[in-house]
Order: sequence, then C-alpha cells, then structure tokens
Amino acid sequence: MDRALLPYLFVLISVIVVVRWSVSLNSYSGAGKAPMYGDYEAQRHWMEITYNLPVSQWYMNGTNNDLQYWGLDYPPLTAYHSWLCGVVANRVNSSWVELLKSHGMESYDHKLFMRYSVLVVDVLIYIPAAIAYVFNEVSADTQVKKLAEASVFLLYPGLILIDYGHFQYNCVSLGFALLAIYFLDKGRDLWGSIMFCFALNYKQMELYHAAPFFFYLLGSAFRSKKENWFFKLVKLGVVVICSFMLCWFPFIFDINQASQVLHRLFPFARGIFEDKVANFWCSISVAVKLKNFLDQQQLVFLCLGTTVVALLPSCLHLLVKPSTRTFKYALVNSSLTFFLFSFQVHEKSILIAALPVCTLLHYHPVTGLWFLHITTFSMLPLLQKDGLLLATIATMLLYHLATTQVYNCGTFLEKPSANGKNNIVLKTFFWLSMLGCAAIWIVSLTLRPPARYPDLWPVIISLYSCGHFLLFLCYFHWKQFTWTIAGNEQSAKNIKRTKQKQKKFN
Amino acid sequence: MENCWSVFGLFTAIKLLLIPSYRSTDFEVHRNWLAVTNSLPLEKWYFEKTSEWTLDYPPMFAWFEFFLSQFARFFDPNMLVLRNLKYASFNTILFQRLSVIVTDLVYVFAVKGFCDCYSGKKTDKDSPSNGSSLILAILLLGNFGLILVDHIHFQYNGFLFGVMLLSIVRIYQGRHMEAALWFTTLLNLKHIYLYIAPAYFVYLLRHYCFNSKKDGGVAWKSFSLQRVIHLGFIVVMVFGVSFGPFIAAGQIGQVLSRLFPFKRGLCHAYWAPNVWALYNMADKTLAIIGAKMGKISKDELQGASMTGGLVQEYSHTVLPSIPPVVTLICTVVAILPGLVHQWMYLKGPRGFVKCLTLCALGAYLFGWHVHEKAIIIVIIPLSLLALDGEKYGRIFLLMSTVGHFSLLPLIFTKAETPIKICMLVAYQGFAFISLNKYYNRKSQGFSLPLLNKLESLYTLGLVPLLLYTECVHRLIGLQQRLPFLPLMMTSVYCAIGVVYTSGLLYKTVLMEGRLVKGQKDLKQQ
Repeated sequence: MDRALLPYLFVLISVIVVVRWSVSLNSYSGAGKAPMYGDYEAQRHWMEITYNLPVSQWYMNGTNNDLQYWGLDYPPLTAYHSWLCGVVANRVNSSWVELLKSHGMESYDHKLFMRYSVLVVDVLIYIPAAIAYVFNEVSADTQVKKLAEASVFLLYPGLILIDYGHFQYNCVSLGFALLAIYFLDKGRDLWGSIMFCFALNYKQMELYHAAPFFFYLLGSAFRSKKENWFFKLVKLGVVVICSFMLCWFPFIFDINQASQVLHRLFPFARGIFEDKVANFWCSISVAVKLKNFLDQQQLVFLCLGTTVVALLPSCLHLLVKPSTRTFKYALVNSSLTFFLFSFQVHEKSILIAALPVCTLLHYHPVTGLWFLHITTFSMLPLLQKDGLLLATIATMLLYHLATTQVYNCGTFLEKPSANGKNNIVLKTFFWLSMLGCAAIWIVSLTLRPPARYPDLWPVIISLYSCGHFLLFLCYFHWKQFTWTIAGNEQSAKNIKRTKQKQKKFN
Repeated sequence: MENCWSVFGLFTAIKLLLIPSYRSTDFEVHRNWLAVTNSLPLEKWYFEKTSEWTLDYPPMFAWFEFFLSQFARFFDPNMLVLRNLKYASFNTILFQRLSVIVTDLVYVFAVKGFCDCYSGKKTDKDSPSNGSSLILAILLLGNFGLILVDHIHFQYNGFLFGVMLLSIVRIYQGRHMEAALWFTTLLNLKHIYLYIAPAYFVYLLRHYCFNSKKDGGVAWKSFSLQRVIHLGFIVVMVFGVSFGPFIAAGQIGQVLSRLFPFKRGLCHAYWAPNVWALYNMADKTLAIIGAKMGKISKDELQGASMTGGLVQEYSHTVLPSIPPVVTLICTVVAILPGLVHQWMYLKGPRGFVKCLTLCALGAYLFGWHVHEKAIIIVIIPLSLLALDGEKYGRIFLLMSTVGHFSLLPLIFTKAETPIKICMLVAYQGFAFISLNKYYNRKSQGFSLPLLNKLESLYTLGLVPLLLYTECVHRLIGLQQRLPFLPLMMTSVYCAIGVVYTSGLLYKTVLMEGRLVKGQKDLKQQ
C-alpha cells in the first residue's frame, strides 16, 4: 500500500466511524426490560463474572454464577475479552461489574463504555481486516476505487446494526474469519488457520465457516507443488492444535472443566430454532409441526443429517478444485446451509453468511447487494424490537446508494458492469424483490395482525427471506461449480474490451 | 448532473442516523414556535410569552413554522399545545428532525443550480469529468457546520442557506430581479443576513442599474431609474407581505423589539473566535499581569475571572468596555473596503461572492454578540470560491478548518463526541485531499497541501488543542477549578486563525485590480 494513501484511509475510517457511532446512539437489546434484559446485559454480566470469579468457575454453576441468568456460553476467547473489558470497567467505575449487585446495570456512562468497547475491537480487528482484504483482492483497479470498495464493505448494515445497535461483538469473530480469508488469499495458509482458530474460539458459530476452510486447506495441500502434502498437513495440524491449546489453556488440564465448557457451547437441550428465524425448519413449521412426531434427539439427528448432506457437494467440489474464488463460494454455501438446516439457529447467524458475500461483492454487485439487503430484512423483527427501525432504514439507504454508486450498478441504463453485460432480467427481479420487502415492511408497520395470528408479520418476513435464501443457495452453488480459471480469463478479456470501448466513447 | 442527488442521498442517510442524537434548547424553541403559530392568530404571534423562547425571527419564518405545523398534527398534535413546554415525544422528535431534513431540499436544489452553472463554464476547456462539480457538491452538501448545527444542535440553516444560495445562483445566471426577490425573502426569514445585504445592494445598483464603460469604470449617464424602481418594488412588496399585517395592526414596534434585543452582552456565552475574543483575552492577560505587579486589587481580578466564562456579561478590568455603537462602527469600517472595491472594479458574479464573503466576515469579526454559528455564513460562500484559484482554495481550507473547529464546543455531550470529531476529520480531510488533487500540487515536505509551513503548523496545532480540551483537561483535574479554560483556549486559538485568514482574504480580494484586457468575465454583458 502506498504512503500517499494514508490521508484517504484516514477519511475513510472517519466516515465509517461516524456511521457506526450514530447507530450506537440508539437503544440496545433489552434496554430497561427487567428481569432478564438482553444481549447487552449478557455481555455486561460476562464482564462481571470473569472479572470477579476465578477462571475455574467461569463456566460452572455456583452461588455467585447462576447459569440460568446469562451464563457464559461462548468459547474462551470471548471470556478473556470479557475479562479484559471487566478490568477496564472496574477501573472506570467499579459498580459496573460488582458481583451480583450490578445485575441490570444501566446508565448513560455505562452505555458509552459498552459502545466504546465495541468500537475498539472493531477498529483493531474488523476494519483493518476489511481494508487489507479489499486491497489484496482486487488487483486491476485504481487505488481510489479500492478505497471506495473498502468503504462499501464496511458499510454493510447488518453487522453495524447488530454490533452497535442490538449489541454484540460479532466484529471480532467475523474480523478474525476475514483475516483468515485474507491470509489464505495471499497463500499464507498457516496464518490463515491460526486466525480461523481464533475466530472459532471467539464464537462457536464460526463452525458455519469451518468446512470450507478444512476442505480448502486439505485440497490445496494435496495439490501443492512446493511442499510435500504430508509435511504440509502436519504443519497445519500442529499449528491448529497449538492455537487451540493456547485458547483453551486454563481448561485443558481438567477433563471436567473442558467438558463443561463444551457442554455450555453446544446446548442441544434448547429448541430447534429461536424466535422466528428465516431458516428451513422454521419455515416448514408453518405447515408441519415437527416437534409433534420427533423427540429432541431425533430432531438433532435430522438437522445434522440434512446439514451434512447439503454441505457435501460444495465441500467435495472444493476438495477437488481448490481455488481462492471457489473457496469463497463454498464459504457462502456452507454458512447458508448451516443457517438454513442446522439446529438452534439465531436470526443473527445470517451475518456469518453475509461476510463471504461481502467478500464476493466485487464480482457480483447486483446479486450480492440483493442477498445482503435480504439478510438485513430478515432480521427486521429483531431490529424493530430493539428500537432500531430508523437506523435500519438509514443504513440500508446509505448502503444501497454507496454500493450502486461504487459498482455503478444502480440503474438499468449504466455502462456494462465488470462481467461485461448489463443484465436487465436480473435487475428486474432484484427490484421486484425489493418492492416485496418494502411492501411487507410497510404493511407490518401499519396494519395490526389478526388476533388469531399475532406473529403473522414475523412469520411472513422469515418465509419471504427463507425463500430467497434457498434460491441464493442454489445460485451460489451454481456459481461455485461453473467457475473456472479459464472463465475468469474470459471475463478479464471482456473487461479489457469494455474498457477499450469506454476509451473510444470518451 | 445526477451527482448532486446521489451525494445528497448519502448525506440524507447520515442525517437520518443522527435523529436520536443530542438536541439543544433550539429544539424546544422551534417546537414552541410551531405551537405559537399554529394555535394563535397572527396578531398574537409576537406578544405570546408562555415560553421563555419567544418568537424572535421575522414574520416569514413564522409563516414557515405555520406551514410546518400543518403537517405536525399528523405526527403528534400535543406538540402544538402552547402549555406543553419541553415536550419531546418520539413522534415530535421524528417530525422536527424530518422537517429539517426535508427542507434541506431547497439547499440541494440551489447547490445543483450552482454546480450546473459552474461546470457549464468549464466544459469548453477541460473534459466534462474533471470532478469540479462533484467536489463542490460534496463540499457544500456535506458541510460540517451545517450538519452539526442543523442535524445535531437543531436549526433550519440548510433551508435558509438554500434560499441564500438560490439568490446567488440567480446572480450567476444574470436573473437579477429573481436574485433580489430571493434575498429579500431570506431577510424576512432570518434577519442575521442583513449583514450581507450591503453586498447585494452595491452589486445590484452597480451592475443592474448602471452600465460599465469600456475600461470597466462606471458609466454614470447610463443610470436606469426604471430598473431601480423594479428592484425597489420587489423589496417593498416582499417586506409588505411579511410585515404589512403587523404594521396594519400597529404592532411593528413590538415585532422589532423582539427581532433586535439589545440586552445581550458583547460576546455570546462561549466567545465566538473573533476580534473581541482576542480583546477579552488581552484584557484578562493584562489584569493578571496587573495583579501580579500589585496595580489591581485581588477582588477586582476575582470578579473578572469569575464572570469570564458562561456568564453573558463580561466586564473588562483594564481595557475599556465596548458599547454596541463601537462594534457597529467597526463593522461598517470592516465592510466598506469590500463594497468600495466592488463598486470600482466590477468583477461579475464571482466578485460579488467575494464581496459578500467580506461583508459576512466583517460582521463576524466585529459584530455585537456574535454566535460561533455565524461562521457558516462565511464558510459557505468561501466554498463557492474554493475552486477559483489556489489562493482561494488555501483561504477556504484555513477558514473552514478553523471555523468548523470552533463549532465543536457547541456539542458538548459525551455520546456525540466521536461523531463530531470524526465528521470534522472526514470533511476537512476530504477538502484537503480533493483541493490538492484539483490543483495538482505536490505537497512539499511537512506542510499540508496549499498551505505554507506556518499555516500547516497552526492547523496541526488544533490536534493537541482538541486532545487537551476533550480529555487532558479533565484527566489532570482542572475541571473544577478552571471549568471554562478549554472554551477560552479554543476560542482564542481559533480567533488567531480566523483573524489571520481574514487578513489573507482581504489582501487577496482587494489586490485584484481592474480587469485586464481580454480577461473579461464571461457573464458580463
């Protein structure tokens, strides 16, 4: 990267922070809703627990740690992060993390502290990762265009709304995952696997991305010309095991501890899905109540089986033809598959599928934007509950305008896009789908649902989104299977041709 | 030119995001005016005093509030009740914020007009995509001061500057009657724009009512009485529509006493960074020195420093106190050179904008009870000139950086601090980068683009100043003992920059002599 680019980066980061911080002025999940509050209180509670209790009691039920009240159920890195935040919080105002007494702690200053804690990790991990990724990925364009693409990457509304509005630290796990993708792109497989281990150990939901990482690394090790494949696999294995040991260090010496943590991370005792999620099981539950035929264990196996079967095609393809591009398609397919078919899915988990789509936006501006809009739309009931409706509208507007401006893909009349074609049919469907979203949105805001179906609007929203996700799953599978390096060269030629045409035009 | 609209869309999204942010008392002021104009008949508008925030804008603004209040009832009728002081339901906030965002459309319309006539001039020389109109659109539509004051602090400046810019655009287009119409309307919306009225008066008289001789001098015999009457008719008509009903009801005295309250002090609560800020500072310094030397008693000093901050009246200890008349004389003296220069060396619409800037600047530097917000009246016309040569680019960069920085204390809440700082960095960063690119200058050594070493040093000095005022001051525990020190430091530091840049602007504008042959302005007829 050029030194002359630094001022530009400065401006870019400032703009990004303005947007993020404006969202953070809004309310957060569970604000003022005693006795359980929401994710905001959960994160604060973890700071309290980790700061006051010894490591061995973090995941254990006890008099000072009631696991029924937002017990820690994320992997160790989250716990360490909470501990660090707890230390700082104690310095600033010790009543924020006072054991037991601080439950339901809410104040102007405390909210600021929590918001800052998100901003810090975002600026340290996610924002640099995104900028590094975009600058590494796109080679042919000018620096200013790359900056613009980086800003689009960072303006994706879903993540901003969940992290700065609803309140979570997704930017950490997704940031690590993005760094892992970046390193794999650069051919630094070892660093990539370390980063992915961190992501996985920050949030177990990163398992949605795990299969493609595994098969890509395996596949590229077999095809590696520089190294012996066995040696490479051993190196990778050692690195992965070491990073896991590092993350789990306080817990690995006691089998009880380790199993308790694992038990907390994968709570199969909970329901098949939470609230109304735009996934397959929730959607078919409108017609068929699976709970009536199957018991808990059978449900788990059903989910597991479906997910594995749905995962196989894209993973096997990746194993046979590993390339950085198919790897990203496989990431989308894998995370979408998990979101649609796995057990115990949250509506926020769609962010995990959104990340690889963000990385592909350069190649598929219209479909990418379409997918990303639907992801934000699918979280609408949640965002509305948190009082983030205005922020949602504003960030979506911002994102739409920024994307269409940067990729020049907004209207039907623009010059040919990077693929060398101006796909009118695609755009017609895009706008029809957006109109559908807007219509559902407006109706759900203005009309009351009939008394018999109080959840009518959330169900319609999740059905509508789920339909889209299923189609997108097929689309990205198709993209993955048809993508070849030769095809890529073809489109590179197309780009050259259109550029020449544009030159003539000018 | 779809540029303007997409830029506007992006900024609108940011404005929407700022809806839940901090609001100053101006929010309640405008809510009260909605209630006053909606629930009372015209005759009582300027007598109503249930709230302490009585109506003190000219009648057309009152009508504007009346117009808005027609829509307000659909959001929350309770905001229109006079007794509901400090009423701020979610719908009220939403409505008032949205009304600012929507009325900004006037501004974007005017900016689009300006960009069109600006790029229209350039096309014959450069390629159509030299980016000048995009730079102008972003500099004008994303103006930091406007977003801060309108969309966080809460006022309707975007709309008002829209009307002002519209009249300037009409002058660029040679449609002088319309320009006069829009400017008179503006005066009847907010009377602070009286300060720039002399520029309009001189320009229209000189350009519209007289012709020029071949050497650029005044052709005295070409005076057109008919045109004077036309202009006079417009002015009288607009004022008649606005003030007529009040004159008819015999209330004009009451209205004027509301519009011009002379009870306030020389400086606003927080000293706007102008000449008087430096004057106050000098007084303070002398008082402290005097006390050290034993010439002034401790009590006197105590009194002076106690009232030094947020109290409206500042009594000078050593230097003579300034009565309003002196500020008026100073302002007139500061404005005159620009006017005389415009009269003597007519330079077309651009010369007019320069003269207008000088008027606004003169009033800002020497006016009575100037608000820090008034710097926007200087910065907006300066941004129109930013692409008119490196000298003006440099002046714009300096003035906007310092002026916008001086607005920061306006938003003092902790939650909004990152927004105001990042927004300032983004705006000024964009200004520096884009102007540097536009003028294609290689920055030399450690100086900022277009600025010399000293100016760069001064500008970069704002960073430690900000650090001190925003955190160090509180961390070292001086908050209790010297609560107003950060404000004073900001004010004095910025005053130095504003006064210096003003000198630069005066010098640049006044040194431009008569038109050189063959360099005639395109718009001159």
